[in-house]
Amino acid sequence: MENKSCCGSDNSDPKAKVIKVKPKVKVPKVKVPNIEGVSSAEKNRSCCGGSQKCSIDPITQYDKKDHWIIGEVKTVSGIVPRVSTQLVISDIFGAWKARWGINRMNYKINPGIYAVGNPDKDSPVLVTANYKLTFDTLRRELSDLNAWILVLDTKGINVWCAAGKGTFGTKELVSRIGKTRLHDIATHRTLILPQLGAPGVSAHEVEKQTGFKVIYGPVRAADIKEFINSGMKVTGEMRTVKFNLIDRLVLTPMELVGTFKVSLIIFGILFLLNLVTANPFGIYDFYGYGGALITGCVITPVLLPWIPGRAFAWKGWLLGLIWAAVINVLSGWTVSPTFSFIRGLGYLLVLPCISAFYAMNFTGSSTYTSFSGVLKEMKIAVPVIAVSIIIGTILILLNGFLGI
Amino acid sequence: MKNRYLKNVVTLKLDSNKCTGCGRCIEVCPHKVFELQNRKLRIINKDGCMECGACAKNCPFAAIEVKPGVGCAYAIIMGWLTGSEPSCDCSGSSNSNGCC
Ligand code: SF4
Ligand code: SF4
Repeated sequence: MENKSCCGSDNSDPKAKVIKVKPKVKVPKVKVPNIEGVSSAEKNRSCCGGSQKCSIDPITQYDKKDHWIIGEVKTVSGIVPRVSTQLVISDIFGAWKARWGINRMNYKINPGIYAVGNPDKDSPVLVTANYKLTFDTLRRELSDLNAWILVLDTKGINVWCAAGKGTFGTKELVSRIGKTRLHDIATHRTLILPQLGAPGVSAHEVEKQTGFKVIYGPVRAADIKEFINSGMKVTGEMRTVKFNLIDRLVLTPMELVGTFKVSLIIFGILFLLNLVTANPFGIYDFYGYGGALITGCVITPVLLPWIPGRAFAWKGWLLGLIWAAVINVLSGWTVSPTFSFIRGLGYLLVLPCISAFYAMNFTGSSTYTSFSGVLKEMKIAVPVIAVSIIIGTILILLNGFLGI
Repeated sequence: MKNRYLKNVVTLKLDSNKCTGCGRCIEVCPHKVFELQNRKLRIINKDGCMECGACAKNCPFAAIEVKPGVGCAYAIIMGWLTGSEPSCDCSGSSNSNGCC
């Protein structure tokens, strides 16, 4: 169309270029945003200057084949992809895969600006991260709304973590506003940021540098609609981070996956030891260990607020102790003459510590632990866990080799 | 039931002299740590603070000080092992055991 006359031969088909920039199969790891940033900036400078003709160029690079893009919105600054507010099977499957840690680090979309519904100059602008799971959660909540979504390049990390690292931060926000020419797309000067992005963004700095006022929205995407419809009023409830049963439960798969490698190594060692020991390691060791693992990675997180005490390692140790006692009784401690006291003691020393360690690891997934707190907890827990596991292992090995 | 973490450990500090009572920090805090009383800020739930740093970063008058950090054991262990600042290693491609 007009574009051809304006941009010369190499840019005659911007869409073809789009697909070239972002090949679907091998998404360049971190490079995508750079390519996009440079190419769109250059294109405009070199070929069209400030001319309105160029508005046909896409601002956000996207792949037309992506099922969640359902059209385009034309703006004075260029074409903006319109996204669906419905999630389909592949989005849900993708989310499921990401939760289990499959290709999790590559689950991202191109940064830039997207449209929901039929937004205009006065429509609200919501800012989010380019982790697809985060983006999907947001767009799902925006049905029947007209809005812009400004997606920052957080390298595919969710808002909360990216803010902690500073990738969801003042600098990226300011530069993304420039790259997408947001000043022309939205003439009002207000941005809605997720509240959990606040650790990375300095609202007064953004306003100073861009003129955009930052309003922090609710913590949960589910409250977005109510927030917008109520004239951007956030209730205290919307401001508070919760960490309920479901929140904790969905995090446990990642915890489990993280233990697979270590577990395989341990089983390998036990298998080798079995070739030489008098009392071979058997099914009890296998499910004793597996149970301790699940106690630390799943049961402790799920029961977190109900387990007495505050430190995570302590909570995990407590449940692990119960598990170790159960294992010992099941193995016939005190009744069966073949089950050694030494070995029982070994289990009591080792298994609760395995649970404690994995429970302690869950601090990273929780939403209320502080750095100072975790540090304090670890300074006590790590040495205790180490000593206890070493002594316990020696006891179990003594039983294994010498049969005492 | 409420989730509670360790007592008296956090590094949060408020300089009341610099505070103008604008309320920005209340807006960004995810754990209801602050409250305005007679147009002055007060810390009402210090142990609820998770040291995210949002309040300090968004206070236009630099009245709040907190040493921000990740409350994540995995990050701290990696920090110890590699001798670097503890941070969530979410971006490392080889790492699927990140904390978030
Ligand atoms: S943001 Fe700063 S100035 Fe405003 S109320 Fe909080 S501490 Fe006071
Ligand atoms: S550091 Fe975060 S949790 Fe702590 S008071 Fe500030 S905003 Fe609230």
